[in-house]
Amino acid sequence: MTKATQTVHEPLLRIAKRDGIPFGKKVLIRAVAILLALVVDALFIFFVTGLNPLSVYGVMYQGTFATPVRFSWALRDLATLLCVGIALAPAFKMRFWNIGAEGQVLIGGMATALTMVYLGSSLPAPLLFVAMFAASVVAGALWGFIPAWFKSRWNTNETLFTLMMNYVATSIVACLTNIMRGQASSLGTLNKATKAGWFPVLFGQRYTINIIVVLVLTFAMYAYLKYSKHGYEIAVVGESENTARYAGINVRRVMIRTMIISGAICGLCGFLIVAGKDQTISTTSAGGRGFTAIIVAWLAKFNTFYMALISFLLVFLERGASEIASAYSLNEYAADIITGVILFFILGSEFFINYRVVRRGETHKEGK
Amino acid sequence: MAQTQYAIRLEHVTKTFGGVAANQDISMQIRRGEILSLLGENGSGKTTLMNMIAGIYYPDEGQIYVNDELADIRSPRDALALGIGMIHQHFKLVDVFTAVENIALGLPKSERFDLRRVRDKARAICEKYQFALDLDQKVYEMSVSQKQTLEIVKVLFRGADILILDEPTAVLTPQETERLFDVMRNMRADGKAVIIITHKLHEVLEISDRVAILRRGCYVGDVVTADATEASLTEMMVGKKVELDIERPEPKDPVRRLAIKDLTVYNAEGLKVLDDVSFDAYGGEILGIAGISGNGQKELLEAIAGLQHPAPGSDIQFFPPEQEDKPMELLGKSPRAINEAGVHLSFVPEDRLGMGLVGSMGMTDNMMLKSYDAGSSPLVDRKAPQELAKEIKEELGVVTPDLNTPVSRLSGGNVQKVLVGRELAASPIVLMTAYAVRGLDINTSYTIYRLLNEQKKKGVAVLYVGEDLDVLLQLCDRILVLCGGRVNGILDGRTATKEEVGLRMTNLVKEDAEQ
Amino acid sequence: MSSLIAWILRAIPFGTIIMYGAMGEIVTEKSGNLNLGVPGIMYLGGFAGFASAYYYENLTANPNPVLSVVIALLCALIASTLGGLIYAFLTITLRANQNVTGLALTTFGMGVANFFGVFILNGSSYSAAPLANKAFAAKIPVLSGLGTVGQVVFSYGFLVYAAIVLAIVLFWFLSRTRVGLNLRAVGENPATADAAGINVTRYKYVATLCGAAISGVGGLYYVLDYNQGIWATTEQIEALGWLAVALVIFTTWKPLNAIWGAYLFGMLYWLYQFLPSLMGISVPSYATDLIQMVPYVVTILVLIVVSLRRKKENQPPASLGIAYFREER
Repeated sequence: MTKATQTVHEPLLRIAKRDGIPFGKKVLIRAVAILLALVVDALFIFFVTGLNPLSVYGVMYQGTFATPVRFSWALRDLATLLCVGIALAPAFKMRFWNIGAEGQVLIGGMATALTMVYLGSSLPAPLLFVAMFAASVVAGALWGFIPAWFKSRWNTNETLFTLMMNYVATSIVACLTNIMRGQASSLGTLNKATKAGWFPVLFGQRYTINIIVVLVLTFAMYAYLKYSKHGYEIAVVGESENTARYAGINVRRVMIRTMIISGAICGLCGFLIVAGKDQTISTTSAGGRGFTAIIVAWLAKFNTFYMALISFLLVFLERGASEIASAYSLNEYAADIITGVILFFILGSEFFINYRVVRRGETHKEGK
Repeated sequence: MAQTQYAIRLEHVTKTFGGVAANQDISMQIRRGEILSLLGENGSGKTTLMNMIAGIYYPDEGQIYVNDELADIRSPRDALALGIGMIHQHFKLVDVFTAVENIALGLPKSERFDLRRVRDKARAICEKYQFALDLDQKVYEMSVSQKQTLEIVKVLFRGADILILDEPTAVLTPQETERLFDVMRNMRADGKAVIIITHKLHEVLEISDRVAILRRGCYVGDVVTADATEASLTEMMVGKKVELDIERPEPKDPVRRLAIKDLTVYNAEGLKVLDDVSFDAYGGEILGIAGISGNGQKELLEAIAGLQHPAPGSDIQFFPPEQEDKPMELLGKSPRAINEAGVHLSFVPEDRLGMGLVGSMGMTDNMMLKSYDAGSSPLVDRKAPQELAKEIKEELGVVTPDLNTPVSRLSGGNVQKVLVGRELAASPIVLMTAYAVRGLDINTSYTIYRLLNEQKKKGVAVLYVGEDLDVLLQLCDRILVLCGGRVNGILDGRTATKEEVGLRMTNLVKEDAEQ
Repeated sequence: MSSLIAWILRAIPFGTIIMYGAMGEIVTEKSGNLNLGVPGIMYLGGFAGFASAYYYENLTANPNPVLSVVIALLCALIASTLGGLIYAFLTITLRANQNVTGLALTTFGMGVANFFGVFILNGSSYSAAPLANKAFAAKIPVLSGLGTVGQVVFSYGFLVYAAIVLAIVLFWFLSRTRVGLNLRAVGENPATADAAGINVTRYKYVATLCGAAISGVGGLYYVLDYNQGIWATTEQIEALGWLAVALVIFTTWKPLNAIWGAYLFGMLYWLYQFLPSLMGISVPSYATDLIQMVPYVVTILVLIVVSLRRKKENQPPASLGIAYFREER
């Protein structure tokens, strides 16, 4: 008993919540994390391929910046990913885990494709676009509404529900494209002859409209979350449902409304993919962006402009990796590895932003 | 080892939290084979003291002797190894486990793991002390009293012979309390040392052999229960009246604003937390609400604010200014509906950051928590809230680096100023505050009293839920005492004595009449 | 009748893949960690098992089948445990968000497996480890020859039976042992477990690592048995991984339910191919696409029913998805 000293009670390292952190330090921590990740990736590249990492990174850079066209492709991919991220932002800010963006995008794209094919010849172009837009938004909103309704009523776990809804959407898309393609082996480009429902070419590219729409959405969602009454309600509900009730906010209504908006924007993203990018639909049209966008939204803490930055980083990596792949006859999956490592480091760095490690003997404020 | 009479001896124990002494130089003893009551007001440091014996906290200064040996208790495990078990107010049980599984949780590795043996041993304990406990029942199916019994069995199972019960009767019905007392007497007969933390004087007198009293973190002394009366204990507990010099203007033509009738509220567990509460509140006066915490104060205010679902037969009526003859029913209205009906009801809840404010938002955004929806624009207007925030910051001296700094980063006093400031700025007709000065320093507390008095002079009906009797007696015009969810008398703040209020807080007057 | 048998012969191996995935995830979730990296971990396990067997076969003069099984299993376990370690370190020690970390792990695992997979393929469209496949898929001798029963019950590789044994062992472990009881307490109420002297962090780590190892075996089984020892770079494992997560919900976090649940999912998954011929009707191919959603719809229904009935035993572990920080008690 006599041996006992104060040290047992206070361990060498102790973790305490930070009260707040200056902006500069936050940026520094993230920058260090990305730098470390790049070093790890460089080591990986070197040991696996024996290539000089710096020249590999140089080639990666080419993937996005070599030519204006490549840059515009990067912007196109950025727009798609960012659009899903924007859709997820309000849901996540409300602490509603919408893992179902993949399905919401797909079902929106499917609705667009159906409208395009079956109304393409009967509606004039402006009306057709309105119909496609409406169909995609309604379909996506429905996919968001279903889990939200169950969550608001019976507190059904939304993470798992929305995850399952992805595969329901995939099946529906598989079924409908199967019907649409008839005997052909794949669906192919829709309305190839008439180009009905294709976005017009603007500045040389069909997807220019996608980029413009997402740009507008970036500002609009930022404003919605920051300046609108709805956005304020979302923030309060996400922070504390108790406070929301105290403030007279109808939590159930906010939850359902927000998920309808989230799903609708996902559906809109499906519309953009079909009309502006692919001109077709398949079960892989969303291409995993529904999942990647979750990471984008989370890391950006729901600020749409940060989201644009992170999306750009991810698209840059993806394009760079496919550039490496063709330059060194490797394969594109390197992008997933490099992305994964960077995500791990950024996720880990959050810890140093939210917590601080207190060494024994250091003066510290007693926790509440 | 020479067995002396003391199971536990504390010597000069001091514990400080953030500069405030929760326990100051406390020396006391607990004997084997006795039941000791630890008595004191809220915040007098009873639980902190017992937590040090149970290994939750470690004393800053002083020594703890267990069975006359200096003990170093650093964790609940250490405490159990010394035979000390504490039953906390918040049960530490796993809901989906059976009683046996909960007992088996964290048993030392040296013992072979066999749930049947655990059950047999637990059953033997139950039989010995006559516990009615189904050992195969899941915890979530148990009543509060059964959960408490399980906690006691858990502690006894580990061989504890020093038991600490932290306000065990707060959640029990009178019958259940009687049963618990029988158990405690059995344990005493078994030679165990039993400590019970409680506020209820009649229980102290009924169950304990000795009473130790704490006041504001200090040890006042102990008395043999047989020599004590409720009056003498109350006096020791509340101490002499302290002159606070709080202003108390005379109410000017008080008008009835609220009429509460037969208000009954059940909590989520189905327990009656408010029982037929009836009273009126008047504009231009401060109605104090006294009571040991957890006796229905929170539910009372929340029910008026539209945040509870009172039982049928309850009634809350509001009398609008200038139209006192046209009362308005508040019952069944949501907070939003109440607000929209023009009832300016301000409410400073007990949980400041978990209910009254949004911790992650700055002052400006918090200003509009209740008013953001005004107007038809889809956008929020931050101009007025920002002006208001600036005003409150200056007038109340809120210390914050910026109006947009998350309020959760401010100190407790500043958080409360933000909250009170906002609620007063809404020009209330009725103002309700719960523990408005809890945790605040003297200066801030006086600022709050001043603000409340200003509201009173404006004709606002103020409901002040408080825990410091001196403040209640010197600030309020009338004092309603809640005890066990019932109104236990409404006293005149100018003539009532501390003892009178203290007695009513701990003891239902009606019960006295029956006895 | 014969098509029913064929159906079962398809469903059981299929079910076995997701059974491993689900059992691993049950162990992980019992500690309160929701690991959405299961698909990634299955990729890692499957690839490591395949690659080690492939190299062993191609670089050794006289490869021994038993040794190839041991090597493949060992490598699969190590790789998937390492995947689990990344997740555990980020979510438990660094308290990163569990959902996001899991998804990142899925991306990463998929990338690693497919990158090196393509590396090994080196231009050819697929690559095979025939010896390991033969060893993994070896039927039980004698018994598998005993008519229909022998065919239906005894004609699978040893991992199928190991999965059933593992499910029973896990059931016993979770409900009858000290460690199992403590583990469940950690997932339900870490503060209570902490107060009872249980090392919450250690339990979370061990459970997550063991869970990842078990999930990884599912990937191994997929490549070396189900897919006949062929590594083809596909998205299939990802879909299987999510199906495993669905199965966890379906079983309401009980390992014994995983046995029949997995086979039921297998039946449902192959419903589109066998039901039409069984009933003697022809179903257009688009309808078969639709039938594929049945396992997911069933899972959603289970999720809804569970939340409706609020029966405590069927709920997810109460602290699932929440990082434990003692000072927030």
